[in-house]
Amino acid sequence: MSLRTRELLNLVVLGILTTIGFVSVYLASQEVPEFSTTSLSYAAFFLALFVVAHVVVRLRLPLADPHLLPIAGILTAIGLTMIYRIEPDTAFKQGVWVVIGVGVFAATCLLLRDYRQLDALKYTCGIAALVLLALPAVPGLGLEVNGARLWVSVGPLQFQPGEFAKVLLVVFLAGYLRDNRELLSMGYGRLGVPSPKHFGPLLLIWGGAMLVLLQTNDLGGGLLLFSIFLAMLYVATGRWPYVAVGLALFAAGSWVLYQAVPRVGDRIGIWLDPWEDADGAGYQLVQSIYSIAAGGVFGTGLGEGVLVRQDGATYIPYLETDFIYSAIAQELGLAGAAAVILLYLVFCYRGFRIAMSADDGFSKLLAAGLTATLAIQTFIIIGGVSGLIPLTGITLPFVSYGGSSIVANFLLLALLLMVSHHVAEQQEGRR
Amino acid sequence: MNAQIRKLFYVFAFLFVALVGMSSYWLWRAPDLEARQGNPNLVVRQLLIERGLVLAADGETVLARNREQEVDGQTWYRRQYPQRGLTAHVVGYSTVQRSRTGLEESLNDYLTGSNADLATLLDRAADTLRGITRQGNDVVLTLDANAQRVAMNALGGQCGSVVALEPASGRVLVMASTPTYDPNLVENRFRQATRATGPCDPASPLLNRATGGFPSPAFIPGSTFKVLTAAAALDSGEYTPDSEFDDPGYCVEYGQRVYNYSDQAGPRAYGRVDLGDAVENSINSVFCNIGKELGPRVILDYAKEFGFYEDPPLETPGDERAPSGLWSNGRLFDPDDPNQIDPGRLAFGQERLLVTPLQMAMVVATIANDGVLMEPHVVDRIVAPDGDVVSRTRPDEVRRVLQQQTAAALTPMMVRVVSSGTGTSAQISGVEVAGKTGTAETGRPGENDTGFVAFAPAGAPRVAIAVYLQNQSGTGGATAAPIAKAVMEAILRSNP
Repeated sequence: MSLRTRELLNLVVLGILTTIGFVSVYLASQEVPEFSTTSLSYAAFFLALFVVAHVVVRLRLPLADPHLLPIAGILTAIGLTMIYRIEPDTAFKQGVWVVIGVGVFAATCLLLRDYRQLDALKYTCGIAALVLLALPAVPGLGLEVNGARLWVSVGPLQFQPGEFAKVLLVVFLAGYLRDNRELLSMGYGRLGVPSPKHFGPLLLIWGGAMLVLLQTNDLGGGLLLFSIFLAMLYVATGRWPYVAVGLALFAAGSWVLYQAVPRVGDRIGIWLDPWEDADGAGYQLVQSIYSIAAGGVFGTGLGEGVLVRQDGATYIPYLETDFIYSAIAQELGLAGAAAVILLYLVFCYRGFRIAMSADDGFSKLLAAGLTATLAIQTFIIIGGVSGLIPLTGITLPFVSYGGSSIVANFLLLALLLMVSHHVAEQQEGRR
Repeated sequence: MNAQIRKLFYVFAFLFVALVGMSSYWLWRAPDLEARQGNPNLVVRQLLIERGLVLAADGETVLARNREQEVDGQTWYRRQYPQRGLTAHVVGYSTVQRSRTGLEESLNDYLTGSNADLATLLDRAADTLRGITRQGNDVVLTLDANAQRVAMNALGGQCGSVVALEPASGRVLVMASTPTYDPNLVENRFRQATRATGPCDPASPLLNRATGGFPSPAFIPGSTFKVLTAAAALDSGEYTPDSEFDDPGYCVEYGQRVYNYSDQAGPRAYGRVDLGDAVENSINSVFCNIGKELGPRVILDYAKEFGFYEDPPLETPGDERAPSGLWSNGRLFDPDDPNQIDPGRLAFGQERLLVTPLQMAMVVATIANDGVLMEPHVVDRIVAPDGDVVSRTRPDEVRRVLQQQTAAALTPMMVRVVSSGTGTSAQISGVEVAGKTGTAETGRPGENDTGFVAFAPAGAPRVAIAVYLQNQSGTGGATAAPIAKAVMEAILRSNP
């Protein structure tokens, strides 16, 4: 069975799951359960969208990994189903974003003939990432939502440039670290600790991350960018002291901010004892924990959970964006939540496999970096909403509601599949 | 670099397992979290249950029902009490924010349909999967809605209570307590619901004065207790209806005079009287001497036979019922040493006696039922949604308290109270009423606890009643007896 046929079969499974999800949400929302073709047609349209993506991959990247696209599809479907269950109008908007995301995916596959061209553009990518990160701070352009300045508003359009910055940063780091990995790995003293001068770039990026953090008040974004950098630095050099020192620096920086910036302090205080102010600052996390606990092992069932209040608002603010995992855990139970986490783990496994089979350093670092990005983001937000780590608002990749997030993650997926195809092509050529 | 990538994968795998572990931890903590204030899950689960109706004895007057509301694709059921304060103390309330009281609490399992065997549990699991609303059983009470209304109106703005029983069965026909409250306001306007005022402090509108107290019962029985003393005197064989007494207007206890009830003319002296005269005119000195002669233990033992010193039996929650008896410093007082009790004052219902109207209704119902005490009950039957009767309360004999001839001898004495004694305002034309008045001193001048216990018709009793009022300036005959008359009339009229 060819790789692409396997992918298509996976997509058929996706289609069945999506249909079941949409129909059960639709039925649960009816006073008297009555069958309708509306939900069926939504599912059909969704499946058609992914078949288009499949055809593009079949044409341009026939040797790419057959699991990544279906996994992204299932995660997107789970997200859409939950959003549809919470607020049908929002689900429609998310649907539009998924169409745009798949469009960007197809365009990247079709237009970017060889992703290695990006190597030459690494500094452009790096600078672009910085510009994007700085955009929300520009007066008149930036938009403050929920205390964090990470939105840019252009006319009717609003987007989070940070989501795209993370992909560009991975491209930059893949190129930069490939060039400098020998240098960074050398210069070790007797204790196996790198000499101080090699900490230069690390300190620079750390400073950048802290600046972004301060400027935009976006703790989650700062943590994500810095963690991506550390993961890729470790992959490139194999020197764990970099990671240790980096984490220590981040912790120290956060501690300083903890003292200086009340918002950061609040977040950590809430994490340590969410119930101290369960009706105020701790409300979101406490409600999120209630929701996770209420799901039990198998969940209440789609549409049967306690998510939406009498006045139409959700019990947990930002339920369909940051807190979508809490909704999944309640209605699909621990089983459903663990399945979602398992999907990310499989995605992570396939992504790292691509990285390990790549020949050149750029492809290796790019694939590993893109995969790590997705894994770290998943850990930060699920860990945050379940109280494992301090809560910082970022999206759950492919699942959360959010245009920038969806589009950026489809871009990430396209790049990863391109590396995958290229790697397989080279291996085939060698045989 | 592959070794690093592999290690990185292990790190992520570990972190993802930690994520599942964290969610599992909250599942493990779920029972504790569920009960926390602010957790909407348990609250909404309760709102999804369609509780059964609570109906009066006629099967038509709805005392508790549900109001439906559509929220997030689900039907929420909120409790509604169309009769508002009418039966608020017996039925109680069921709210999301403030738990439950009354029958709403004690019959919660029936009302929510949780009273299940394995087969219905399996059915219910299937219903949950299909999204079918859980439906509770209806409860039909023994309360006579019309008589209950008469009682509540007659009590009006006073602090008091009326309990009427069917002597032969123990059915509670009326259980009224004032001040009352509107159970519809409890959920969202609790302070408004409890803001009642009355000639008593605290007004405690949530308290069921008919059965409960804070924690001791609300009423001093006064002379209504003489019925019990007379019963003990006769039943013990120490006295007969013809026993004669000499009344100088007082009795001597501990070297001091205890006077008869006095009006403006001062305490009256009746001279040579028999037991019937003493009951008819409520002569304290006679009962004082009986008490000294019998001793407090005999009287209290008879009281226990009637149910004193135990929560009066009823289907309402135990914490809403309080035992009648001697109370000292907020505790039941039952000393082994009889010298700690004043026998004379005990005999005419003062000492430190506190009673619930339900308990005193049980005393007169026993006399009306030829000396046999029946267990009072307010739930007639519980009906499943499909119309099947889940349970029906059968009359249940507690014990024979008095010999038949004791009851037969007491009845004519009590008839004399109403026909020509202190309780004439309880007379009902065409019906012979047996009763006993009570006017108890509270220690505050001009403020008496008044009471009236009775049954009718005296020859074939269909209703036994106890009426008690707090802080009255008049006598029991003037304040409580007319209320008893009105309620008994309503009952006799509606149950011919």
